[in-house]
Amino acid sequence: MDILNAIVTLLNFVIIPATAYGAQLALGALGVTLIYGILRFSNFAHGDTMAFGTMVVILCTWGLQGMGMDGIGPLPTALLALPVGIAVTGLLVVGTDRAVYRFYRAKKAKPVIYVIASLGVMFIMNGIVRFIIGVDDQRFADGERFIISARTFRDMTGLEEGLAFRTSQGITIVVAVIAVALLFWFLNRTRTGKSMRAFSDNEDLALLSGINPERVVMITWLIVAALATTAGTLYGLDKSFKAFTYFQLLLPIFAAAIVGGLGNPVGAILGGFLIAFSEVGVTYAFRKVVEYLAPGDWQPEGLLQLLSTDYKFAVSFAILLIVLLFRPTGIMKGKSV
Amino acid sequence: MTRSLDTRAILLFVLVGLLFVGTGFLQSWNTTLSIFNMALVSAIMALGVNMQWGYAGLFNVGVMGFVALGGLAAVLVSMDPVDEAWAAGGIQILLGLVLGAATIVLAILAYSRMAAGLMRTLAMLVILIGGFFLFRAVFDPAVARVEAVNPAATGYLGGLGLPVILAWPMGGVLAAGAAWLIGKTALGLRSDYLAIATLGIAEIIIAVMKNEDWLARGVKNVTTIPRPVPYEVNLQQTPWFIELADRIGADVITFSSIFVKLCYASLFIVVLLALIWLSEKAWNSPWGRMMRAIRDNEVSASAMGKDVKARHLQVFVLGSAVIGMAGAMMTTLDSQLVPGTYQPLRFTFLVWVMVIVGGSGNNWGAVLGGFLIWWLWIQVEPLGALLMQGITAGMDADSWLRGHLMESVAHMRLLTMGIILLLVLRFSPRGLIPER
Repeated sequence: MDILNAIVTLLNFVIIPATAYGAQLALGALGVTLIYGILRFSNFAHGDTMAFGTMVVILCTWGLQGMGMDGIGPLPTALLALPVGIAVTGLLVVGTDRAVYRFYRAKKAKPVIYVIASLGVMFIMNGIVRFIIGVDDQRFADGERFIISARTFRDMTGLEEGLAFRTSQGITIVVAVIAVALLFWFLNRTRTGKSMRAFSDNEDLALLSGINPERVVMITWLIVAALATTAGTLYGLDKSFKAFTYFQLLLPIFAAAIVGGLGNPVGAILGGFLIAFSEVGVTYAFRKVVEYLAPGDWQPEGLLQLLSTDYKFAVSFAILLIVLLFRPTGIMKGKSV
Repeated sequence: MTRSLDTRAILLFVLVGLLFVGTGFLQSWNTTLSIFNMALVSAIMALGVNMQWGYAGLFNVGVMGFVALGGLAAVLVSMDPVDEAWAAGGIQILLGLVLGAATIVLAILAYSRMAAGLMRTLAMLVILIGGFFLFRAVFDPAVARVEAVNPAATGYLGGLGLPVILAWPMGGVLAAGAAWLIGKTALGLRSDYLAIATLGIAEIIIAVMKNEDWLARGVKNVTTIPRPVPYEVNLQQTPWFIELADRIGADVITFSSIFVKLCYASLFIVVLLALIWLSEKAWNSPWGRMMRAIRDNEVSASAMGKDVKARHLQVFVLGSAVIGMAGAMMTTLDSQLVPGTYQPLRFTFLVWVMVIVGGSGNNWGAVLGGFLIWWLWIQVEPLGALLMQGITAGMDADSWLRGHLMESVAHMRLLTMGIILLLVLRFSPRGLIPER
């Protein structure tokens, strides 16, 4: 029995990565859920919005690096580029709304028409990203790589197992907490935020009380751009940037938003962590942890891995199905249009 | 009943036909025919999506999964069985799969038969967890043994060794089976949820095909799938063929490859025409009217005693079967199954562009969209390259920007498709050949 080593292993390979991934998914799912709450459609272009925002951040980071920057102290330069990325993405999505979605809003089109329009937007954004930055893996992380590296941890504690806590993971968690706190402060405390919630709860009543729908929609898009760019950049720092991966993130993000209850921000965060922890937990080989916990020299056969990592999509999908079948509006009560 | 094709539609078909003929004159007839063959397959996929979307308003974005299942059918039907692999653990793999399926059925039975409460939850958990480990215990060792059989050449169970044409209906059956399972669970849900569910299932199907090597070699790909038509090399040595080529005055080698493509084209045209005929029959029948009634107003249709859910399931299965068939045909045309090439943008969303642009709710429209969009998808690249050359003509030959722009031409097609989709959706939302 070696409980400490088991805990450290679990922290190192499951809890820390899943928390960081969960924070990224939660930020993505918040964007999806906000659009669903205000504009009432599932935005298939969200993954590519994230990719676009991240691309702008990367280009800006490269520019700064070219000027001789190598991180802001221990932090990556990308954090400095993030506001630029948010601004450019904000312009893009508001422009898209003007050019594409506003027309259907005026016509009061059915939600599925918006979804098809968002497919078109998805193609265009995907094309733009590939056109500008290509399809290859891009790395743009700099600064200090680890907050605690495995070796330091071992030296510090004398344990057999190392615990690596990467800067990108730490930043992800801190930034996500700040972003979520800001968002909730905005939604619950400011006048504009309250008008957004009113609009989401009951459009007709909100219009009656003099809320300007176009303003609400524009602010929603701006917030979504900020969330998407932040989520994309954090994911890119943590793993790496590749246009196609971002498109594939659409599935876990949607799963998170739906599991939490579409249109419900708290649900989106819960959903994000639920999906992330299940994905990592189900595809992690628990052999080492069990070895530490098992009495004596008993060793488990096999890797103790429930599913191979290639099936991580299946995990988010299975959770999605189970929740939909037994609780169709999600864990937290979402909307049902 | 109105005529199925009006002048405008015929004119549009002629125009698209001219695009293909023009390609033949300007590029080569070989190129035209390759594009044409894939356009036929795309048209069939579009027909399938149109059944689901145009007839019933079901939003299926898992087209890629059904196409891939069709491709899998081509391997399972036409490749020769690998006897050693079967001996090593074929039966045991099947047994494992049966155990897995039995677990799920048992869990569903427990859920529906037992009274709600703690006991039921516990029983289901025991069944699912126990079943999972039993399944893994039977399945895993057999898979390891099968995949160890000559992994460089086989390492999988092989197929049935039947003629590849049989794979086309089989592809339909496989896709229909998957669609039934998905429809059973997801069709009762809202339209957005069906979209996400189908998107997810498609990714899972591809993941299974990439990773289950015992099934169809995974990312090691299955090549040399037998053909339903003669091989070029054999034709080039057949006396009557050489004579024929002589009489036409064509080069034997070029002509043999054109001839093979024409063979494929005629097979595909037969399937396409049969499907159009059936779809038109269905569309104009009482069943078709009922489907439209359900699509336009579910509440009143169900008040008239129509079983909305059952009809949705029916048309979802039918449409998926057509898509699966097209998938099998495509793999037959390629003579290989490469799971890594299945990309949602190409196989799901492009088919959607075809249906929307061609005209949802009109079979001819979907077919037209299939031809037009596929032609564009292929030709945007050379056209874009020309355009880029024009734009960059003034730049320094080895400037960084010029190189980058020329390299990026390949991605122009996504941009173009997006713009076309948005323009059609905005200015002609009913498509080029609208529903009558």
